[in-house]
Amino acid sequence: MMLLLLTILLPAAAGTASYFIRPHRWRRLLWGTVAALHLALSITAVLTIQAPPLDHWIGMDSLSAIFLVLTSLLFLGATVYGIGYVAREPVAGQMDFEDGSLFKNEPESVFTGGLLLLLAAMSLAILSRHLALQWVAIEATTLASAPLIYYHQNRRSLEAAWKYLILCSVGIAVALLGIFFLRMTIQDGSHDLTLAALLERAGTLNHKWLSTAFIFMLVGYGTKMGLAPLHTWLPDAHSEAPSPVSAMLSGALLNCAFLGILRVQQICTAAGMASFGGDLLILFGLLSMGLAGAFILRQADYKRMLAYSSVEHMGILALGVGLGGLGLFGSFLHAVNHSIVKAMLFLTAGNILSRFHTKDTMKIQGVCDALPISGALWITGFLAVTGSPPFGTFISEFTILRAVLAQGRWATAVLYVLFLLLAFVGMTGIVLRMALGKSEVNRVREPLTAVLPPMVFAVLALLLGVYLPGPLADRLHEAAQLLGGVGR
Amino acid sequence: MTIISVLLILSCLWLLGSSRLHVAIRVVAIQGVLLGVLPLVRSMGKIGFGVGVLGLSTIISKGILLPWLMSACLRLSGIRKEIEPFVGFGPSLLCGTALLGLAVWIADRLQLTQAQVPQVLLISSFFAILAGLFLMVTRRKAIMQSLAYLVMENGVYGVGVSMSLDFPFIVELGILLDVFVGVFLMGNLLFHLDREFEHLDADKLTELSDLSKSTPVLDAAEENA
Repeated sequence: MMLLLLTILLPAAAGTASYFIRPHRWRRLLWGTVAALHLALSITAVLTIQAPPLDHWIGMDSLSAIFLVLTSLLFLGATVYGIGYVAREPVAGQMDFEDGSLFKNEPESVFTGGLLLLLAAMSLAILSRHLALQWVAIEATTLASAPLIYYHQNRRSLEAAWKYLILCSVGIAVALLGIFFLRMTIQDGSHDLTLAALLERAGTLNHKWLSTAFIFMLVGYGTKMGLAPLHTWLPDAHSEAPSPVSAMLSGALLNCAFLGILRVQQICTAAGMASFGGDLLILFGLLSMGLAGAFILRQADYKRMLAYSSVEHMGILALGVGLGGLGLFGSFLHAVNHSIVKAMLFLTAGNILSRFHTKDTMKIQGVCDALPISGALWITGFLAVTGSPPFGTFISEFTILRAVLAQGRWATAVLYVLFLLLAFVGMTGIVLRMALGKSEVNRVREPLTAVLPPMVFAVLALLLGVYLPGPLADRLHEAAQLLGGVGR
Repeated sequence: MTIISVLLILSCLWLLGSSRLHVAIRVVAIQGVLLGVLPLVRSMGKIGFGVGVLGLSTIISKGILLPWLMSACLRLSGIRKEIEPFVGFGPSLLCGTALLGLAVWIADRLQLTQAQVPQVLLISSFFAILAGLFLMVTRRKAIMQSLAYLVMENGVYGVGVSMSLDFPFIVELGILLDVFVGVFLMGNLLFHLDREFEHLDADKLTELSDLSKSTPVLDAAEENA
């Protein structure tokens, strides 16, 4: 319990302190230390804590264990990258790459503080077992990350931050309404909104209220998760944010909103309404995949392409959960794979952006020529994110396909494969054109902090495709069982 | 409590029909105070520590601090009125009455049997949510959008009160803090919006769209300059 509280309080305290620490060196040291400690804490917590105490507001089950370690891991990667990033990125005014206007970065303390507070809010969102507390945490993630999106204080990031703040806040307000309705499902006795209390009397919950609550929470958290057609803020925010922030937003933050939906689906499943929520999730999932695929196909900005790819993968996650059974296992495995791969791609995209000074795919060629390591990572990441063997994404996407086929949903299966192919085709053209050829900029030696984190993630993505470690498989299996699924 | 509900409905209608932004800010401030009083009235007589703190912090944050921030934004940008909203003020009021009807219908369908809370509070809360959403999509000024968000959030809060939710104190305070920081950040961005674009028209924020590849924001800025 103490351990879990620490994973929330440590980054919160360090984040607040960051605003006040003047010397860059000390602040960066604090940042790195907290990131490493957080990973150590969460791994220790996963290894030592068994079952969550029933009446606590904060606790860990297999589902939160997976997401917590994943978030910690990505944060450490983003930190190593980020410390190098802020050191290279001048705070003074500079020319905008895209439209030539002058802009000035936010102070570095705001950047570090925001990221650490985001980590604290995400940890709370993952660990809270009281649904209203989880709401508070998920809204707090929006607030902590909005200034990060506005880090480059230029017009486009301003527009992105504004849309992000307004749309996500409204969406999340809808989710709060859903939580109120959830309270109405309890017909007698205390109105305790802890997950344990709700699951315990799942059988007696009022089904009409529960379905209303589910719809509101799906729409609310779905906005934050980036499910189409509520995703419109996502490409803007994820493409305009600095690359380490984009990596956290796409890789870790979307998972937190996903967890919000998972919790209410967990209650629905316990109340015997799994198929009600499931059908809606399948619908939203397919819609997201299709729409994202279409926008990837004609995308002129590679960071936006990655953002749409996130929408697509959130669709896959929703689809897997909607299917239930084997799909749950596939979906959670896919969440792990997607987070690692997407973080790696955004970090690599940051390297490309800082060398080529443009996000326009048509103006870039010869990444492999100019940046040999990032170029190789870019192609590796592309193969991984489109689910090519032997990467982990292939296994998880294939598992979900098996779940679709096992249920005999032929139309869903055809659409699923079609949309995956669409994204593959769309990205192939863009990525290969960028990677190959002769570049116009000179080859430079890439800084270690910029290539080490994505390299580690690339190795992990590959390893997960070849071998799924026993403890992780067990956790995934247990997490799937929480929502009534079967493993493997 | 009925009086508060009726005042809530009237304030929303006022917002729908008013073009002056500083009036709108004041109306939202009044709403904040009304909502702060609400939990105090509900617990009638026996005002505990938690309820008192919550009511007071609602009044301070939603009734004083945020309106003050918004007025500061308004003064800085020098705009006074919402000119040419997508839906005019007359039609907005008309839509408002329709939304009120919708709110009555929703509240009726829900059939809450909470004896100590009048149905009219539920109606007015749903009306505030709907009016907030309506204002958000029909008004051009970014400042109006953040006010609309506040109105909607007020409505959600009201629904919570009418369902006589008893969230733990710390959670209630967390919700309030989230809303406060959210609107605070919006106000902060408004300052920057004003500086960067020299206008506060949210509908001109279209540089980052995949559907239209032109850059109307730049054009607009050139016109202003």
